[in-house]
Amino acid sequence: MTEFRHLLGIEGLDPPAVTALLDLAESYVLLNRSGKTQRDLLRGRTLINLFFEDSTRTRTSFELAGKRLGADVINMSVSTSSVTKGETLLDTAATLNAMNCDLLVVRHNRSGAPALLAQKVDAAVINAGDGTHEHPTQALLDALTIRRRKGRISGLTVAICGDIAHSRVARSNILLLTMLGNFVRVVGPPTLMPAGIEAPGVEVYHDMALGLAGADIVMALRLQKERMTGGMIPSTREFFNFYGLDRAKLGFAKPDALVMHPGPMNRGVEIDSDVADDPLRSVIREQVEMGVAVRMAVLDRLGRRKF
Amino acid sequence: MILFRKIRYFDTKAESLAEGELLVEDGRIADFGASLGRPDGAEVIEAEGAVLCPGLVDIRASLGEPGFEVRETIASAALGAAAGGITTLAVLPDSAPAIDDPALVRLISARGAETGTLTLLPYAAATHGCAGVELAEYGLLKAAGAIALSDGGKVIASARLMRRALAYASGFGMRIVQHPEDAELAAGGAATEGPRATWMGLPGIPAAAEAICIARDIRLAELTGGAVHFAHVTTAEACVLIARAKDRGLAVTCDTAPPYFDLNETAIGDYRTYAKLSPPLRAEADRQAVLAALADGTIDAIASDHQPRDADDKRLPFADAAPGGAGLATLLGVTLAQVQSGGLSLVQALALLTCRPAAWAGCEAGRIARGAPADLCLFHPERSWRVSAGQLPGKAQNTPFDGRALEGVVLGTWKAGRRVFG
Repeated sequence: MTEFRHLLGIEGLDPPAVTALLDLAESYVLLNRSGKTQRDLLRGRTLINLFFEDSTRTRTSFELAGKRLGADVINMSVSTSSVTKGETLLDTAATLNAMNCDLLVVRHNRSGAPALLAQKVDAAVINAGDGTHEHPTQALLDALTIRRRKGRISGLTVAICGDIAHSRVARSNILLLTMLGNFVRVVGPPTLMPAGIEAPGVEVYHDMALGLAGADIVMALRLQKERMTGGMIPSTREFFNFYGLDRAKLGFAKPDALVMHPGPMNRGVEIDSDVADDPLRSVIREQVEMGVAVRMAVLDRLGRRKF
Repeated sequence: MILFRKIRYFDTKAESLAEGELLVEDGRIADFGASLGRPDGAEVIEAEGAVLCPGLVDIRASLGEPGFEVRETIASAALGAAAGGITTLAVLPDSAPAIDDPALVRLISARGAETGTLTLLPYAAATHGCAGVELAEYGLLKAAGAIALSDGGKVIASARLMRRALAYASGFGMRIVQHPEDAELAAGGAATEGPRATWMGLPGIPAAAEAICIARDIRLAELTGGAVHFAHVTTAEACVLIARAKDRGLAVTCDTAPPYFDLNETAIGDYRTYAKLSPPLRAEADRQAVLAALADGTIDAIASDHQPRDADDKRLPFADAAPGGAGLATLLGVTLAQVQSGGLSLVQALALLTCRPAAWAGCEAGRIARGAPADLCLFHPERSWRVSAGQLPGKAQNTPFDGRALEGVVLGTWKAGRRVFG
C-alpha cells in the first residue's frame, strides 16, 4: 500500500490504499448514523479550511468531519482577488506554517496549487478541488456510495456525462474507477471533451443513447455558468435536449442504474428534477452523507500521524 | 597577441574542423592554419582536445533591462553570456519601454558596448509599444542600428497588420521576426494540448496554433515579397511548412531553441514552472522533428531564447507562472548534448550557433577569417558539468535544465581579443 503524507489526488494512490480509506470511511458511516462522535481522536489538532474558491458544501463537509473527530477547525476564505493584489500563495503558506496547523484543506481555482503548498508547509495538505485537475475526496465518496449500493466497486460500467473538459470530479473519478477495474464512459459534446482523455478503460461518446447503454451508474456533472456563455455550447436548451439526464435518457442505462451528481445541481440543465429527486434511482443525497464519512477517514488517516 | 596551439578550430567558411593554430593580434584574427611558428611576444594557449570556434551569436534573447531589472540587468546577462561562450546577442524589443524609438535602439547598442564583453544587436519593435496596432518607424529604426523587427514574445496577430509590416519592411530590406502562435487558439493556455495537459488540468494550446500562424505568414510573405523569420519553431508541422516555403524560394527563415530539441512536455510534470515556456514544450515526436530539421538545414540557427524570470514569477500555480527559461549559460552545452547523442554533427552544431546566425544577422563577428574580430570561444567537448538553478552565472536562474549533466565545458571566452571568461 502506498504511504502518503498529503492527499493531493487519486493519482499517487494504489488500490489497497483506496480500499483501506473506503473501509475506514465505512466505519464512520456507522458511527455517524449512531449519533456518536470520536472527539478524542484529533483533539488538540488544528484543521484549516483554506478556500480560494467559493464552496459551501465541501467546506461544510470538511468542517463537520473535523469537528466530529475533535479537531479545532478554522475556516479561511481568501478571495482570489486579494491574493493577486500582492500576497502570493506561498506567503499564505508561510503564514499558516507559523500557526502550526496540522491539517490544511485547500480549494483553489488553479490546478496544482495544493501541490505547490504541500512543498512549503509542514501540515498534511488535502486537496479539496484544484482547478480542472483533481477532487480526490469527491471520487472517494462517489466510490463509497457506489460500493454500498452495488455491493462492489469493480467490473461496473460508469457513464460520466456533460462538461468533462472542465471537471476535476471527472478526472478523479476516472482515475479511481479505472484503477479498481471499472469501465468508464465519458459522454458529452466534443467542445466539452478534453484532448487525450481516452485511456485503457475509458471510452468517449457524444451520444447519450450509446454512452448510457447498459451502464450501472450514470453520473451527471455540473455545467459551469461560464461554459454556458463561453461559446462552448450554443445554449442550455440544446445542451439539456441532448446531454441533460432525464427519464428518457436514463432509460438507455440498466433498469437498476443509479443516478449521481457531485452537486450543486443546475436543474433543467444537466439533470432533470424528475430523476434527481427519484428516491429509487437517485443517490445524490446519500453522496453528501458519504462525503462527511470519507473526509473523516481522510482526516483520521493523515491527522493522527505526527511529522 | 595570443597564439592558440594544439587545438581544433572551426573553419566557418568550409564548415569543417581543422587541427592547427590560430593567432590573434590587435583584437582581430591575424592568421590560422596548421602551423604558425612562434611569433614574438605572443601569449600561448595550448589546449589539447579543445575546440576553438567563433564566440556564439545568439539571435534571440530577452534581457531584464530596461524595465525588469529585478530579473536581470544587462551587466548580469553579460556574465551569463561570457560563461556560455556567447559574444554577440540579439536583444528582443519587448522590454519596458519597448524598443520602438531610434534613441532606444542606440541605447541598447551602447549598453552592450559598455559591458566590454558582449555585443548587443538590437531588434526594434515591429509595432509601437509592441502593442500590435500601429507600425513603428522602420526606416529610422534601421538607421539607428536595428537588425530586424519583432514584437518579441507577442505574435503579430492581425493578418492585415502583418501584411503591412512585411510589405513596409521589404522597402528597407528588413525582416519581420514572428512569434508564431495563433493568438486566439493560444489564449489562456499553459501547456501543449493533449493527454498530459488534460490530466494535469492545465488549459491547453493546440500544437496546430503554430502551424496555422506560419502557414498564414508564409502566404503573406509571398503576397508582399517581404521576408519573415519564425522564432523558436517547435513542431513537425511547422518544419514541413518552412522547408516547403524555402524550396519555393520564398524569403523565409527560422530558428529554434535548446528546450525544443532537448526536452519534451514531460518536463512540466509535478507542475515544474521552470519548464513553462512560450511556446510550450511539445510532444516527443515534435522534439524529434525539430532535431531532424536542424540537421537537414531547414532551421537556420539555434538561439538561446533566454527569458529571465525571478522566483516570484515562477513560484506560482503553473497557469499563473510566467513562461520563459534562462538559456545563456546552457546554449552551447545543450546543443553539444545532441552531438554526443548523435542527433547533430559537431560541425552542424557549431555552424548553427556561430556563422549561420551571424550571416542571418549581418554581423561581422561569428567567423573564423583573417581580419575578423577575435570573438572566440574555447571549449572542451568531452568534459562535463551539471546545471544547477541557483548556481548559474548571472542573475537569471530559471533554467528548464536544472539538474542536467551536460558535456562541453567552456574553457575561455574572448571578446575582441580580450579574455572575458575562464
